Amino acid sequence: MSTFSRSVSEPGQVPQRARRTREYREWMLFVLLLGPNLLLFSIFTYWPLAYNFYLSFVRWNFLRPTKPFVGLDNYLRTFSDTQFWTIVLNTFTFTVCSVGLTLLLGLGVALLINQPLRYRNVARAVVFSPVIMSGAVVAVVWSYIFDPRYGLMNELLKLIGQRSPDWLSDPFWAMPAVIIVYVWKNMGYAVVIYLAGLQGIPRELYDAARVDGAGPWDRFWNVTLPGLSPVAFFLSVTSILACFQSFDIIKVLTNGGPANATNVLIFHLYELGFVKYDAGEAGVVAMVLFGIMLVLTIIQLRYLEQRVTYG
Amino acid sequence: MATTDYETLARPVETVRVRRRITGPKIAGYAAMFFAVIMIGLPVYWTLIGAFKLSNEIYRIPPTWFPQAPTVDNFVRAWNVAPFGRYYLNSFITTTLGALAEVILAVSSAYALAYLRFPRKQLVFLILLAALMVPVEITIVPNYLTIARFGWINTYQGIIVPGAAIAFGTFLLRQAFMALPYEVIEAARVDGAGHIRILLSIVVPMAQPAIATMALLSAVGKWNEFLWPLIVTNTSAMRTLPIGIYWLRNSEGVINWGVVMAGSLFLIIPVMIIFLFLQRYIVEGIAAGAVKG
Repeated sequence: MSTFSRSVSEPGQVPQRARRTREYREWMLFVLLLGPNLLLFSIFTYWPLAYNFYLSFVRWNFLRPTKPFVGLDNYLRTFSDTQFWTIVLNTFTFTVCSVGLTLLLGLGVALLINQPLRYRNVARAVVFSPVIMSGAVVAVVWSYIFDPRYGLMNELLKLIGQRSPDWLSDPFWAMPAVIIVYVWKNMGYAVVIYLAGLQGIPRELYDAARVDGAGPWDRFWNVTLPGLSPVAFFLSVTSILACFQSFDIIKVLTNGGPANATNVLIFHLYELGFVKYDAGEAGVVAMVLFGIMLVLTIIQLRYLEQRVTYG
Repeated sequence: MATTDYETLARPVETVRVRRRITGPKIAGYAAMFFAVIMIGLPVYWTLIGAFKLSNEIYRIPPTWFPQAPTVDNFVRAWNVAPFGRYYLNSFITTTLGALAEVILAVSSAYALAYLRFPRKQLVFLILLAALMVPVEITIVPNYLTIARFGWINTYQGIIVPGAAIAFGTFLLRQAFMALPYEVIEAARVDGAGHIRILLSIVVPMAQPAIATMALLSAVGKWNEFLWPLIVTNTSAMRTLPIGIYWLRNSEGVINWGVVMAGSLFLIIPVMIIFLFLQRYIVEGIAAGAVKG
């Protein structure tokens, strides 16, 4: 069609029309390249979000042909349920302990091996390796390690004269067990990110501090820590997000038990949807999780944007 | 991080000074390395010896630190108790196709966002990025209903398609594409190359490291995926490896740890082999995503 319009148009209009056609074709290509991605997101991300919102206002068990509107009933039911608040508290405990331990242990290891040591890269690789293992298989392996009679933990505790608790069936010890596994699996991620952050601190700052007469402790306190703070901030946000999404370890290791001791929000959502078939309450829990994670993700994206712009 | 060693080489004087003066921190460094390696390695070692022990040795108190009669019986038994051949096939198919879809979508979307004109392009970019704020975990119930309506429950497309769209990879590749030297692309355009040609023969080869890292991380993610395949499969024949090992533990755990550990190794070994060869790309890719942006 472009050739035809070109042949009849006046000479002065030719470049403009050609440009317009080219622009139009560029738009088409843009739609073609980006369309599939956006279409998939619409069907499998945005639509589910809207649908969860809708489900949170109806009563439905996945089978009944009708979904009667019940107003805020699902919300009231959820928020007046003591079990829900136990689960919120569990999520909080799990997240704070896991993230805190991962970040602190990771920082310690990263600081100590950030020296010209031999086999440093080997150590880094070993520490990182659990990060890319499947959470399910890690939990399976640890369920043997936590075996109160024949497990590795029992052996190690015997070395220091302690008896092993029945980790996974004891309402008190189940949560620490989950946290131990989480920290074991994810510490390497923190180490790698911290090491990258340490590399990013300009050497001149250390030289300048040394010239000014700062000792090792001063240099650590006034150069290393401030230099690491953006990385630590990024790590804490991503780790908190990862904790909220941590399903596989809990499902395999404890199945949320014993007696809800390790039931967290994401596991609760799964149970409501696929064990208890309560679509309405599942919708409420999904909206709660979404709200929490939305705030965290916005903070994380702000950080990334800043890095991209000024880093 | 790989540059550290070269950096140290480039500053011999300082290295010497560091080596001579501070021995305390270095000893602490080696101690930390040793401690960290043992902490990570011991559970893996425990898995390994468990897989090679006979039942009567596993259930002996105190346990042995070296298998006294190493045997491959557990591997044979695990392979026969659960259809691991089928699990491998399912995991291979869903990982390859899933990662491939993500890479293709990320590359094409990133090119469109970096180089093509479109009205309100920033808004389109924001709509795509907004997907990052909706974690997949909260979509499971509606997505299950959608997949059921498509008749895709217990199929490969049911496992793969809902997770095929990609926002973060698009974001990272867009950054990588925009960092490419614009003169090269402009020169190709002057020579008459169209957008598809520029994408395939200039942008993709030049951004290869970034794309490879993204592909690798995407594949690892798909290989390990647990929640969605658990929900969307309902027969043993369609299970992927992580779901298979979960069911194997449920049926054989406690009573037969050796078999379960052997099954676990079926899962861990392929990933570890890949990691052994490509760890630099994986580790540096992850670090770069966080620190360099």
